[in-house]
Amino acid sequence: MAKKILILIAIIKGGISMRRLFPAFLFTLFIIFTFSTASFAAGGGVDLEAVPVDSHAWWFWPLILLVVTFVMGVVAVLAGVGGGVLFVPIISGFFPFHLDFVRGAGLLVALAGALAAGPGLLKLNLASLRLAIPVALIASTCAILGAMIGLALPTDVIQISLGATILGICILMLTVKKSEIPDVPQADKLASVLKIYGVYREESTGEKINWTVHRTPMGMGLFVLIGIMAGMFGLGAGWANVPVLNLLMGAPLKISVATSKFLLSITDTSAAWIYMNQGCVIPMMVVPSLVGIMLGSFVGVRVLKIAKPTFIRWMVIGILAFAGLKALSKGLGF
Amino acid sequence: MEKKFTASTAPTEEQLLYAKILQWGMLIGLLCLFVTFAIYVLGIMDPYIPLDKISQYWGQSVHNYLVKAEIEDGWYWVSMLKYGDFLNFIGIALLAGITIICYLAIVPTLLKNGDTVYAVLALLEVIILTVAASGIISVGGH
Repeated sequence: MAKKILILIAIIKGGISMRRLFPAFLFTLFIIFTFSTASFAAGGGVDLEAVPVDSHAWWFWPLILLVVTFVMGVVAVLAGVGGGVLFVPIISGFFPFHLDFVRGAGLLVALAGALAAGPGLLKLNLASLRLAIPVALIASTCAILGAMIGLALPTDVIQISLGATILGICILMLTVKKSEIPDVPQADKLASVLKIYGVYREESTGEKINWTVHRTPMGMGLFVLIGIMAGMFGLGAGWANVPVLNLLMGAPLKISVATSKFLLSITDTSAAWIYMNQGCVIPMMVVPSLVGIMLGSFVGVRVLKIAKPTFIRWMVIGILAFAGLKALSKGLGF
Repeated sequence: MEKKFTASTAPTEEQLLYAKILQWGMLIGLLCLFVTFAIYVLGIMDPYIPLDKISQYWGQSVHNYLVKAEIEDGWYWVSMLKYGDFLNFIGIALLAGITIICYLAIVPTLLKNGDTVYAVLALLEVIILTVAASGIISVGGH
């Protein structure tokens, strides 16, 4: 998994060619849309509390979930996003599962991915424990608050907020540039007190890169919001962690991506417990999703060698935008 | 650019310890989850909610699900481990609990190295995660 992150970082910097995945992905989308339409016709859709009349065998939806999350795992690696951010909008938009359970499963999917990647990234000294511990404390505390808010608010309000957030993420993905090694003239006072700094070896050049951070109080302030949103929507938060760590606080891209991934293992833990204790975990949804995303991630890393990430990234932004609009329309009752 | 760094690219002692425990916890948790799920779907242990009835519940809000399936929230699942579906919660709890153990484990190392600030931060994190795990935080249903 740590190797996967490294490859991911490499492709963020440059491009590799590929178009073969496109037909496969379109086919999968066709399957999702076909079955989701059937589901809505059968009773889901407008009334969020209605019990869908489902004539399929019990294994049908878990199997589709496995297939879709597998594709999601492949695409997430290629697009350089976490599985969690794709999982919640797509599964809540096109499957007959209630948003409560989708968010619970989404958090566990993001958590399992982060737990799998964490040890390798820590051993490689790419994920920094010193950087993660203070921000994780803020994010995990706020994720509890976010989970409480998310579970207390009416489902349509959450759907609308989720839709708006997903569209915001699309804009973020379209506009935010990354900085490989940001210039940090001097560590701020808080970073100096907390001794947030490190050294890593850039494998491509063999060079040792010294790094530290600045604007730490502002960055920590933003982790309040990140934590709340992670808990509220069960999205994972890599999409927000990386820009804050990299662009605002000035951590190198590799350190930011790796620390962000590790950070999710702590932030999502607190929110996952809240969802679990509230009963939002159905193993028949969680386990196929976990297996699908993990297998997809392993395949995704191999596909990367022939993939054109920019193209896939555009495709993911398009799908997310569509899922965001669908969440909005569900919330607004259209 | 004035920076004061350790010259080593090697991870710190506490970071390595954290990584080691996380790795084992993650592997055990995932293995446990997959084994218990196999027990569940293969029918080796009867589930509380029959497999052919599960789709009647997953489309409802969690509040309705708990009421209609007569399931209590919090750590109630521990008393239901005789059922195949609830058995899966062991693996899920292991995955969700391993971070607490990792944090607890690094506190002595941090204190030994005189890193009191981080030891306190680590203990605060343990408290936060334990409170979240305890189930004492209740949420109003919708």
